[in-house]
Amino acid sequence: MGEYEAVIGLEVHAQLMTETKAFCTCPNRYGAPPNTLVCPVCLGMPGILPVLNRAMLEQAMKLALAVGATVHPRSKFDRKNYFYPDLPKGYQISQYDEPFSTGGSIELKVDGHRKSIRIRRIHLEEDAGKSMHQADGSTIVDMNRCGVPLVEIVSEPDMSTPAEARAYLNEIRRLVRWLDVCDGNMEEGSLRCDANVSVHRKGSEAFGIATEVKNMNSIRGVERALAYEIERQIGVVEGGGTITRQTLLWDETEEIARPMRRKESSDDYRYFPEPDLVEVVVPSEWAERISRDLVELPRARCMRFCQEYGLAEATAEVLAGERGVADYFEALAKESGDPRRAANWVQGDVLRILKERNCDIASFPVSVSDLAGLMNEVETARLSLSGAKKVLDRMIETGRSPESIIEQEGFAQTSDAREIEEVAREILAKFPSEVIKYKSGKKNLFGFFVGETMKATKGQANPKVASEILQRLLS
Amino acid sequence: MTLKIPPHQHLKNHPEELPSAVETCLQAIEQAKPLNAFVHLLADRARHKAVEVAQATGQGEELPLRGMILAVKDNIAIEGTSLSCASRILKDFKSLFTATAVARLEKAGAIIIGKTNLDEFAMGSSCENTIFGPTHHPLDWERVPGGSSGGSAVAVAAGLVHAALGSDTGGSVRQPAAFCGVVGLKPTYGRVSRYGLVAFGSSLDQIAPFATNCQDAFAVLCIMGGKDEHDSTSAAYPMSYPTEGLKPLGEKLRIGLPKEYLEEGLQAEIAEVVLQVARGLEKAGHDLVEISLPYSKLAVGVYYILATAEASSNLARYDGARYGFREHSAESLQDIYTHSRAGGFGREVRRRIMLGTYVLSAGYYDAYYKKAQRVRRLVLGDFLDAFGKVDVILAPTTPTTAFKIGEKIDDPLAMYLSDVYTTPANLAGIPAVSVPAGKDTKRLPIGVQIMGPHFSDELILQVGCDIERLHGRI
Repeated sequence: MGEYEAVIGLEVHAQLMTETKAFCTCPNRYGAPPNTLVCPVCLGMPGILPVLNRAMLEQAMKLALAVGATVHPRSKFDRKNYFYPDLPKGYQISQYDEPFSTGGSIELKVDGHRKSIRIRRIHLEEDAGKSMHQADGSTIVDMNRCGVPLVEIVSEPDMSTPAEARAYLNEIRRLVRWLDVCDGNMEEGSLRCDANVSVHRKGSEAFGIATEVKNMNSIRGVERALAYEIERQIGVVEGGGTITRQTLLWDETEEIARPMRRKESSDDYRYFPEPDLVEVVVPSEWAERISRDLVELPRARCMRFCQEYGLAEATAEVLAGERGVADYFEALAKESGDPRRAANWVQGDVLRILKERNCDIASFPVSVSDLAGLMNEVETARLSLSGAKKVLDRMIETGRSPESIIEQEGFAQTSDAREIEEVAREILAKFPSEVIKYKSGKKNLFGFFVGETMKATKGQANPKVASEILQRLLS
Repeated sequence: MTLKIPPHQHLKNHPEELPSAVETCLQAIEQAKPLNAFVHLLADRARHKAVEVAQATGQGEELPLRGMILAVKDNIAIEGTSLSCASRILKDFKSLFTATAVARLEKAGAIIIGKTNLDEFAMGSSCENTIFGPTHHPLDWERVPGGSSGGSAVAVAAGLVHAALGSDTGGSVRQPAAFCGVVGLKPTYGRVSRYGLVAFGSSLDQIAPFATNCQDAFAVLCIMGGKDEHDSTSAAYPMSYPTEGLKPLGEKLRIGLPKEYLEEGLQAEIAEVVLQVARGLEKAGHDLVEISLPYSKLAVGVYYILATAEASSNLARYDGARYGFREHSAESLQDIYTHSRAGGFGREVRRRIMLGTYVLSAGYYDAYYKKAQRVRRLVLGDFLDAFGKVDVILAPTTPTTAFKIGEKIDDPLAMYLSDVYTTPANLAGIPAVSVPAGKDTKRLPIGVQIMGPHFSDELILQVGCDIERLHGRI
């Protein structure tokens, strides 16, 4: 970016995970056959009226409180009017000048530095249907998504790099998943992001003209689209041109942002208060109860992991990256009585397996008590650490208990001195010249003998016992 | 006005006669076809329902409206039947569900015989803006019955049904009731669920009954009213229908006469009838109090900003994309919208959509919509002040009696002024009833209007009963 600075603000839409839609009783579910989760209300048939789903308020409240926003005791719904085939009423029920909450912030850590991104507002609205443009030029519409409850989280333009935008989105995604209010799936569109971005010369007081970039369906996509758009804007300014206010659509495959086809007139949504709904009233007792029942938030949990379990901050942050993982770790720490080892297991093997198998912690097949049992086998030296890891892999593959795998597949570590001595003698006999070198002072060959002994026992020898025996035989 | 079917009180006691009463009703409607009150008959549905209600007798079922045959304005939904709103855009549309008000009436034993004509999407005051052609005044076929609920008013006035449902956004039930000489009640906003009523001005609309007398209007109101989980704006105000019906007024009332409602622009004969009624009520022991409702003069202007603003949004769903009329020659999406809406909506509807779109547009919102909202609160404030001094308000319903077909159709402003005395109650959300109280020299009916505080629907109907008794003597 050189002598330029970028100013980035994000608008994030998150679909709330309520049982039913925002204003009718249709199930709120992704992936059903098209147009099967609909009723006269969400289809906007003549004569219908919306009725607000309280669960929507409750979930929005959790999110607002979690970012430290002020939930307004009263807010109202408005109609945002525009024509599109996937908008059956010809207007979207949204909130305009009296949003559900204002204020709050998201704390980021990017490349080692911390930054706080302010949130301007969070408001409630309903999703539209989904238009699918066909190869023959026609468009078909799936109305299942009509009326799915959304929150729109609008940030202040506090980000200055694509990396910060990525970190912000990661944080929002972690938070909505942590709070169980949205699954954060950008591919399926349950979390969506539009970006506003402008550039100006460093030191300049005035911001440049911002453009809006839409249609990114991954966090990486947002980062790339922003990098692209910032570069484009700098190029325009450098070339002596001016930036025009416009909306661009990100093309993920071509990695370019194209201006959206210009509409014939400028957008005028003609917002006005939705007369079919009454004011949204949040009694203070309700907000207090939700605040009280709010789960421990990621940052607080991370700090507590450091203090309570003596973990390094980096480790604690990884463990608090997702609520399910943090819960798993904490249960394992308690069950095993060894928080640090538990942290190593979760941070290392559990997360590695989740990544390899591309699944989340909720479907991790090894129970906390089985993993704690495995840790205990290492503690009592029945298993070597590497043996235990192999047992864990076998548990994942077979779904069998650690006990049966250890017994039937011969992973048990042996501390039987006679057995180990026999192998050790064979090893020393096999490498006579190394023995001579060792005895003449090359003491660092000791590790070689231990390694060979372990190899010969397929790792089942207790390394401590093997060392003692080798010491004795070589002295 | 003579009833062409047996009285509902009779049918209530002789439910076995219901199936034949339905046939009589259908024949009467057929004979009155030139009036053009009905646009769709629900003959088989009504026959089926008549047998069902007749058979339910003796099984101890509570059917307070047993014996009542009703007509319903064709902007109120009944599952599987027409919901045309007298518009080309919904001409062949059938509803997927039934309005709460209708469902409650049917559950109470009422029989719905058919759907009635209206001004397209309830926009009009004459029942002329309709794809089905104008409805005629039953006493003078060259005249309009009023509107927009003209078909329902005529169905009751011509004695074809016992009662009917209309919708009142700015006077669409009271004005035709006054023109046709029947009772028309606009309930307190929120008293009757709007679920199933095709929205025009959502913050003003109420489903509203027509009947030949206040007792019957009260019965229909009680049965169809009350909280509905499908309508957030419906009020949790207890509604139950007392078996003895509307009780006579037990107390002396303070009756307000708003001077602004009796000034210029009011047909002299109507002013005379209002004053006659006032004197009659005074003689009956009530106190008359002159009051002032200065902001009511702004009501028509405010109404036509707010109602059209809401309508422009409410009617956006009729775009040719999903159901209803589509102009098939259109090629682009933009053309589907503009051609379907231009071809599907009539002139008056298009005019109001344009007006409503304009007042909500960026740069005009504050000057029109927002200001109108403020004046709306002032209109309400007037009424709240007045109800500190008086119990009910007596006023004319309309500035004139029924006018001629074609007289105002090309003069929207003159047409809008038909609502000058009725729009204030909609803006304030208060109940108002029009009761027949006399005739002009052309023998055309004159209605007087009684308005009361929020949820005083029963009280204004009680006053209406007193006026009915007086009228008998006038």
